[in-house]
Amino acid sequence: MPRRPSTEAEYLASLVPASARAQQAMRAQQLDRRALLRGAGVAGAALALPSLLSACGGSSGGSASGGGAASGTVKLGSNQSDAVPKAAVASLVAAFQKANPGLTVVTNTIDHNTFQENINNYLQGSPDDVFTWFSGYRMRYFASKGLIGDISDVWGNLQGYSEAQKKASTGDDGKQYLVPTTYYPWAMHYRKSVWDKHGYTVPKTLDELVALSTKMQKDGLAPIAFGDKDGWPAMGTFDILNMRVNGYDYHVSLMAGKEDWTGAKVKKVFDQWKALLPFHQADSLGRTWQEAAQSLQKGQSGMYYLGTFVAQQFAKGAEQDDLLFFNFPEIDSAVGADAIDAPIDGYMMSKRPKNEAGSKKFLEFLGSGPAQDILVQADPSVIACSEKADTAKYTKLQKASLDFVKQAKSIAQFLDRDSRPDFASTVVTPALQSFIKNPADLDTILGQVESQKKAMFTS
Amino acid sequence: MSDKRPWTPARIAIHAFLLVMAVVWLFPLLYALAASLRNYAYTAEHGYLSTGGWTLQNYVNAWETAGFTQKFINSAIITVPAVLLTLLLASCVAFVVARFSWRLNLALLGFFTAANLLPPQALLIPVFKMFQKIEVPFWFSDSGTLLDSYWGLILVNIAFQTGFCAFVLSNYMKTIPKELYESAMVDGASVWRQFWQLTMPLCRPPLAALATLEVTWIYNEFFWATVLLQSGDKYPITSSLNNLRGQFFTDNNLVAAGSLIVAVPTLAIYFALQKQFVSGLTLGATKG
Amino acid sequence: MTTSAAATSQAPAKGRKARLSGPDRLTVALMVGVPTLVVLLLVWGPAIATVLFSFFDWDGYSPFSESPFVGGKFYTEAVTIYPAFWPAIQHNLIWLAVLFLVATPLGMLTAVLIDHEAKFTKFYQTSFYLPVVLSMALVGFIWQLMFSRDQGFINGITGWSIDWYGDSRYNLWAALIATTWRHMGYIMLLYLAGLKGVDQSLREAAKVDGAGERQTFFKVVFPVMAPINIIVLVVTVIESLRAFDLVWVINKGRNGLELISTEVTRNIVGEAQRIGFGSALATIMLLISSVFIVIYLRIVMREDS
Repeated sequence: MPRRPSTEAEYLASLVPASARAQQAMRAQQLDRRALLRGAGVAGAALALPSLLSACGGSSGGSASGGGAASGTVKLGSNQSDAVPKAAVASLVAAFQKANPGLTVVTNTIDHNTFQENINNYLQGSPDDVFTWFSGYRMRYFASKGLIGDISDVWGNLQGYSEAQKKASTGDDGKQYLVPTTYYPWAMHYRKSVWDKHGYTVPKTLDELVALSTKMQKDGLAPIAFGDKDGWPAMGTFDILNMRVNGYDYHVSLMAGKEDWTGAKVKKVFDQWKALLPFHQADSLGRTWQEAAQSLQKGQSGMYYLGTFVAQQFAKGAEQDDLLFFNFPEIDSAVGADAIDAPIDGYMMSKRPKNEAGSKKFLEFLGSGPAQDILVQADPSVIACSEKADTAKYTKLQKASLDFVKQAKSIAQFLDRDSRPDFASTVVTPALQSFIKNPADLDTILGQVESQKKAMFTS
Repeated sequence: MSDKRPWTPARIAIHAFLLVMAVVWLFPLLYALAASLRNYAYTAEHGYLSTGGWTLQNYVNAWETAGFTQKFINSAIITVPAVLLTLLLASCVAFVVARFSWRLNLALLGFFTAANLLPPQALLIPVFKMFQKIEVPFWFSDSGTLLDSYWGLILVNIAFQTGFCAFVLSNYMKTIPKELYESAMVDGASVWRQFWQLTMPLCRPPLAALATLEVTWIYNEFFWATVLLQSGDKYPITSSLNNLRGQFFTDNNLVAAGSLIVAVPTLAIYFALQKQFVSGLTLGATKG
Repeated sequence: MTTSAAATSQAPAKGRKARLSGPDRLTVALMVGVPTLVVLLLVWGPAIATVLFSFFDWDGYSPFSESPFVGGKFYTEAVTIYPAFWPAIQHNLIWLAVLFLVATPLGMLTAVLIDHEAKFTKFYQTSFYLPVVLSMALVGFIWQLMFSRDQGFINGITGWSIDWYGDSRYNLWAALIATTWRHMGYIMLLYLAGLKGVDQSLREAAKVDGAGERQTFFKVVFPVMAPINIIVLVVTVIESLRAFDLVWVINKGRNGLELISTEVTRNIVGEAQRIGFGSALATIMLLISSVFIVIYLRIVMREDS
């Protein structure tokens, strides 16, 4: 594909032989453009540049795998716009720059939701060299469209990753596209102090969960906190019920559009959900998950099925240590309860980074233990992907999360990461909200999902 | 001007109605102002109907978290040229439409004003793809295309706003007596001079009014800005509110403070140009 | 007014065109040509392209020429299996009706009352106009402080626990209250500006003839205000068709707040990019807009001829 230079420096550098390009592009950026162009005019400067560049000439670059000298500027697109994670990224960058004096990382922070909504346009426009993204179909989709860069050689240098994590970072073509950094499991959270006060115990089966919920209602608690204003939290509930009722393999196949949404199996999931809905907080469609989490934090609700990031609504220290969780109970003993959602977040490289060597160097750093230590210490609601990360400093919650994901036999990524993005956001989200609003409409809703699924997955 | 008329029951009723309406209308803003001055932990615990927990810290935090300094500059970089160019182009069109009576005039005015009515969402994909393809020199845009460039965004704003301004301005220009032009033509003034030295000075009131409106609209424009700009550090201030609404945590008081900071420039412009605003939008032509 | 405008623009008629010198002709051509080009390229061209895209299944990545022609497939899907389509149409119509029947008349009424009075008018005017300078996103947020279920003012003082933004029985009306809050002041100001421009001698003449205040308004002032009335009408239609930011800020236009604009956006901007389907929705939106545009243009033309 003919490529259009996207910066001036790149354009100038494109005039030199391809083999030396990656290195030299960075150098060109370091030159003072104005000084170069002053008086000369763009064309003249461009013509004069190749010789200048070869004079500066670096060793031919391109791949960082050897850990060779990479230099210049790497642009990092980050969706970590909240104060705490933003600071974590800043210290991550500082640590990297300290270890690699020749490289500068410039962070382009974009608000989390804006980044996500515009990812399509972002990737097709002029994306940063390295940027935050997620694993799963959501990653493979963009890889298959040729919008993200192959980083298989970076993976060659990464250590401490499980086969499953590598698989979660691999595109349909067998190449790796993501460096996983952190992840978090979804589970049923509760406050130990509240449960101790009422003498509740962890339910192992669905019947026990129902009995516990009934008891909580008598005690004046909303048994299960719930907020689905943003549309995605209900996906977590759907995922876990489907995995408990129909098992992990069926879930994967359903997400891939291969199963019938109007069939008995899906219906059974929603019937189960219908039975549990009275135990969920009412009016959930107007409540954000933060508000739901606060009701758990204040002891107004008994438990909350959410990712461990629920801890962000709890004060660090004693209050977070009071937050425990348990695995969503078994529904069908033939299926068991060993499948969970535990989505992975990580970093990818754009298709045509302006500084490929530097980007790969940075990605390699992100895949290392010390880099992930910085992230998980800043945000104790997530755990590190690499086994090289230091788990000794983990909080109680992080240790519990780690044990929890280790015992799980199958790990799903989350509905909006396991299925087509258009199907998840324009079909499933409104369908789940309609179901919560009016469970009696189930047949109509599932009929609409199925017909839209057929239209979408065939195209 | 003072009103010396007696206070009849009808007038008292009018004032009572207006007063109640005004209070109802001001209330949400004042409530937001109050919320912005409260400590989040305090209101989270005691609720908003409590008293206490007053602080200015939200403003400081909002300013820092959202990086308002840079964002204000970005907004100015977009708004100022966009408003000036919109007014210039709209004046040109309005002048031709008002000054010369051709068959095409109505169609022309329709062409511009109808463009103003089209929904921006419906045009996004083609505009986006076009901007991605249009290469421009690097001194013009550091991305090398109209995408992720201030000029691309400015152009879109101009295209969308010209219609309304041309409509208002042409209405106003039609009220300028033709004798003025005739004497100018006797003096041998070119069309450009008639426009620039005769018409434009007369159009100050509507231009001031339109400038106020356009500054408000373009400053508040949000949809195109987040789609056409891709670097977080180029975003205008309206988008920065998103930075305050955290992914995992929303501090209502902080966002209230941020909202009010964002509103300050438009409020200031309104108060500064209030007088011209009403007189300028007179839209001419009501002399009967 | 109609007479004076018509007189100025028609009297010189065609003779002048012929009299334009060469440079003058170039000036006029540029004055019309440049703005026309900008609007043509950035508004009308894309509008046509959108219509074109709606008939092809284009993924946005591969060259457009390779994408298959699907005819009216996406239109059929939109009206048959896309659950949000009919609610969105309905909500847009309700939106238009409320602005037209409540917000706009309220704005006109307050303008007339303020114009009638001389005391405190600056205070009233400012109170009503302040919301207009805020962006719709800000409006959405400010009203969230009112409407929030657990922390909002309304439930706080009434003791209700109505979920104003979340419950689909109420949220459209809650959004409409917030919209009215902003729209009313805008109309008030436009109308007030118009009223201030009405020649005082007209009213006095009417008074001499023995007309009451109400009669004066409806028989003399209102007809003279014809251009303002059109502007008010246009502004109302623009605002209701383009309604977007507010509901997008509230809940991305889901669960009772679907509008055509939000459905278009969801399908073409979001992570899910369905260009063909989104363009089909956009084309439907363009068609609806064009109905109003034609009505509006006809009024303008009648006004001018």
